[in-house]
Amino acid sequence: MKVHEFQAKELLQKYGVPVPRGQVAESPEEVEAIARQLGRPVVVKAQIHAGGRGKAGGIRLASTPEEAREAAGQILGRRLVTHQTGPEGKLVRRLLVEEALQVQQELYVAVILDNAQAMPLIMVSDAGGIDIEEVAATSPERIHRLVVDPAIGFQPFMGRYLASKLGLRGETVKEAVQAMAGLYRLFVEKDCSLVEVNPWVITTDGRLLAADAKVNFDDNALFRHPDVAALRDPAEEDPLEVEAQSLGISNYVRLSGNIGCVVNGAGLAMATMDAIKMAGGEPANFLDIGTVNNVERVVNSFRILTSDERVKAILINIFGGMARVDVIAEGIVRAFKELEVRVPVVVRLAGTNLAEGERILSQSGLPIIRAGDLGEAAFKAVAAAQGERTPS
Amino acid sequence: MSILVDRNTRVLVQGITGREGSFQTRRCIEYGTKVVAGVTPGRGGEELDGVPIFDTVREAVANTGANCSLIFVPAPFAADAILEAAYAEIPLIVCITEGIPALDMVRVRRYLRDSGIRLIGPNCPGVITPGQARVGIMPGDVFTPGMVGVISRSGTLVYEAVAQLTALGIGQSTCVGVGGDPVIGTTPLDAMRLFAQDPDTKAVVFIGEIGGTFEQEVAEFIGKGLHKPVIAFVAGATAPPGRRMGHAGAIIVGEAGTAQAKKRALAQAGAVVVDSPAQIGLTTRRVLQERGII
Repeated sequence: MKVHEFQAKELLQKYGVPVPRGQVAESPEEVEAIARQLGRPVVVKAQIHAGGRGKAGGIRLASTPEEAREAAGQILGRRLVTHQTGPEGKLVRRLLVEEALQVQQELYVAVILDNAQAMPLIMVSDAGGIDIEEVAATSPERIHRLVVDPAIGFQPFMGRYLASKLGLRGETVKEAVQAMAGLYRLFVEKDCSLVEVNPWVITTDGRLLAADAKVNFDDNALFRHPDVAALRDPAEEDPLEVEAQSLGISNYVRLSGNIGCVVNGAGLAMATMDAIKMAGGEPANFLDIGTVNNVERVVNSFRILTSDERVKAILINIFGGMARVDVIAEGIVRAFKELEVRVPVVVRLAGTNLAEGERILSQSGLPIIRAGDLGEAAFKAVAAAQGERTPS
Repeated sequence: MSILVDRNTRVLVQGITGREGSFQTRRCIEYGTKVVAGVTPGRGGEELDGVPIFDTVREAVANTGANCSLIFVPAPFAADAILEAAYAEIPLIVCITEGIPALDMVRVRRYLRDSGIRLIGPNCPGVITPGQARVGIMPGDVFTPGMVGVISRSGTLVYEAVAQLTALGIGQSTCVGVGGDPVIGTTPLDAMRLFAQDPDTKAVVFIGEIGGTFEQEVAEFIGKGLHKPVIAFVAGATAPPGRRMGHAGAIIVGEAGTAQAKKRALAQAGAVVVDSPAQIGLTTRRVLQERGII
């Protein structure tokens, strides 16, 4: 799960990581008031769940409260298009107004999970302010990493080691170690999947501040962090994805093609998308129906796909293991009864309780296009989406 | 003739009285798996189809000599269940549970590191040695005994690949679903090492997916001189970056996590890379014929 920059910074502050002074606002008037209160030049920053805001005009410098108000008027209510938002962009509903920093140096620090070693990893760089992927590609020697053994957790020496790699001196070393300790504690206590500060700024007056922050959370751990779950902003998500969530379908990602997919298992769902692409089509979504044997969930999957106007054909691909094929078949029949299914539906079933599932579909008499294997299913779905008929 | 499990494996099921736990236990027994015990706290002394149930893993091991635990415990309690099995020194633990917090698994992995205990999963379909033992949730009738090992991060893709192999008369030595989470007990590389040493596995089908660098690890191992053919498919070529595709581990972060980068690494190391998931079986047959294995 992602949160906004201002929410990430509130968390950082709670964990003793200094951030610039500032406040979040929803109107130009509020922005002006905050700027006046700060009493110095400010930055006005669009709050959306995407990077690349600066280049897209979503971050503006203002030297007076009036300028801040004017900038806010131009950004608020606009759809910001960055390299991470897709062509439709994201609507700006809130702004973060902060003191503008006099930058002496820009650094980078992040805590992530190192999958290969299965341990948290702290990563720093003296090349802050740029995408870390870019640093990794162009000057990897400027990135320094240290794995934190969960048996002992973060220790001050680890922070001192990384601070020395950054070439920090004097009081800044102590501040950096303290900040890293806070970031690590946040990562572990709130089950984060990423805590990233970029840039991590040393100001001309010697303060070390998190000028921008990104915190992502492990969805699997939200059950034990109701405070974190409450930070979710459904307005930042695709409305169909939000509806899918509310219907108990958590593994749905909307894409741009026209073949809706319902598959069990994430790997098979991805492979089904790949097979569609190989057959010359484009998937409209990723949807892993999961292993819960629940007729209602099949119906709800249909509900989501049939309400997506881009979907021109639906492909059901189920290989039952824990999921039982007969339950899925029952769900398909119910979906046809309860919903208006106007697009062709291609069904491929295999695995647990297949015979019973086959019987249910055959007896239903529904106009379902049957496929025996994955390749055939993808081929028929692509043809159906293009309005061609294939023998079922 | 196999890796990890065979007809002598004595299986204990943690969470045996749950809905999936009991359903799958019955399927394991039907398949011929030796299920010797179950554990559900507070229900010791009961039975499930003749399988004795105990309150704790320690008790179950002491009474039945179980040497493998199959876990169906819900996600919030699953890490605790794995550690209970490890504390009782069960050498092989297979955890099916999906949705365990990553940092729980970090602690589990750290504890298991020097213990000699092997964990398969979590978020996996388990392990099956066709004709001998099914320790997991796979549809047993798709599998057939033979000489191709299968490793997969995805459960349903194991079934998909194996169904294609079986339909062509190509049997499997053992199939390992290593799991779709970022932190797993046995990585594809670990499983590949086991197959490399198994004299009865003549070739390996490896099914990877986007996210992480497990595929690159396997590629490096193949490149160092694995003398068995590897047929590889990487799911998620069409997945957009930055979006989690169901599996917690299936998210593209950076170039290395893309299907393209993984396929390239595997192909360069000498694996035969399949672009379409519908071609896994046919490609495997072709490779086996070319190498004179069948």
